[in-house]
Amino acid sequence: MTLPLNPQRVSVDSISKIKELSGENIKACMQCGTCTVACPMAEEMDFFPRKVMHFSQFGMLSRMEDINSYWKCASCHSCSVRCPRGIDIAKVMESLRLLVLRTNKNYIEPSQIPKEKLKEYPGIMMVAGFRKLTS
Amino acid sequence: MKISYYPGCTLKYKAKNLETAALASLDALGIEVEEMDRWNCCGAVFSLANDDLIHMVGPVRNLLRAKEQGAEAIVTLCSMCYNTLARANLLMKNDPVKRDTINRFMDDEIDYFGEVEVYHFLNLIKNEIGWEAVQEKVKTPLTDLKVASYYGCTLQRPEEVGIEPIGKFSLMNELFSTLGAEIVTFDGADKCCGSYQVMCEEIGDNNAAAKVLSAASTNGAEALVTSCPLCEFNLGKQQDALLDKGRITETLPTLYFTQLLAISLGIASEELGLELNDAQVAQLLESKKLLVAA
Repeated sequence: MTLPLNPQRVSVDSISKIKELSGENIKACMQCGTCTVACPMAEEMDFFPRKVMHFSQFGMLSRMEDINSYWKCASCHSCSVRCPRGIDIAKVMESLRLLVLRTNKNYIEPSQIPKEKLKEYPGIMMVAGFRKLTS
Repeated sequence: MKISYYPGCTLKYKAKNLETAALASLDALGIEVEEMDRWNCCGAVFSLANDDLIHMVGPVRNLLRAKEQGAEAIVTLCSMCYNTLARANLLMKNDPVKRDTINRFMDDEIDYFGEVEVYHFLNLIKNEIGWEAVQEKVKTPLTDLKVASYYGCTLQRPEEVGIEPIGKFSLMNELFSTLGAEIVTFDGADKCCGSYQVMCEEIGDNNAAAKVLSAASTNGAEALVTSCPLCEFNLGKQQDALLDKGRITETLPTLYFTQLLAISLGIASEELGLELNDAQVAQLLESKKLLVAA
């Protein structure tokens, strides 16, 4: 895929923000796609982890605004333990979530979850889900 | 060595069977652990952002509480609690700057430097009791039961807190072999079950869980065994919905490793909490004549 780059699409600021939040050098990614192969959620993602890393490298936050990829990531670290460049990709995904959550936006609305589902969910699921998906 | 037992929230409610079976087993094995006083939420997931220290307060408070109560180690049953506590402990051991910030933030508590060890129950059985001692106590061997060990994400990753090296499943496999079961290996023992993502999906759409179940079934497993209440929910309790949507073609009874341990130690079926498992678990165990009444 060709990434058309222009000042409107690229946020240089976001590259340093992702780096600061994740502590990872996203520029080290060589686009080998090992993360995508390792990811158990990849097939449900709008864009595979490799592509999310590519968008991140170029600071294309606006391109990632409405994609589900980093929300689908459950921080299982399958990618992180396999990355040949030593990037903890799960941390990059977390920083992308936080860049949204810290603007007071929720990915799921707790009040919209039907009561019968809440009764079934184990406590640990709700704590984990609300921690990762709400601001 | 004083070892405190940290149960975590779900083991007091939805996953009570993970706990009751474990405590009954420890009793039968002659090991005493004391539930720690005033424990709180472990945080469930470990914060991955560099600047997010506030979410370390929960797990660290548990660790320092254990230290305060004179424990040298804490043991957990739930994989997610294990992961969160072990990672927070590493941070407190290895990162002096963050440790100092957290200690100063919690100025009403004692300072904590990562002194308490965090064990998972599987480590505890192997290291403190040993397989031979367990074998001597087996009353109902799990003969003819084909078991697949499921570790999920949090028992092995990241590497620095893994209960054993990535790709090895010997702790559970050796335990079940000791108990007389036949081990079934499958590609999926360390794959994610879908975790909390189920909250964003329709029931029965969890493909990650379906893949794990199918891989284990295909290799001939009769039971899938886990140590995580979230995995048990996704893998054990959603099978009817997964079947309805055609994501799996056969069911696979899913239970906790402590329940298998308790069964083989001759613990009465009333203490296994089987009513909290999917009904097919009790059916399987009955058909294998593994249940004993009180």
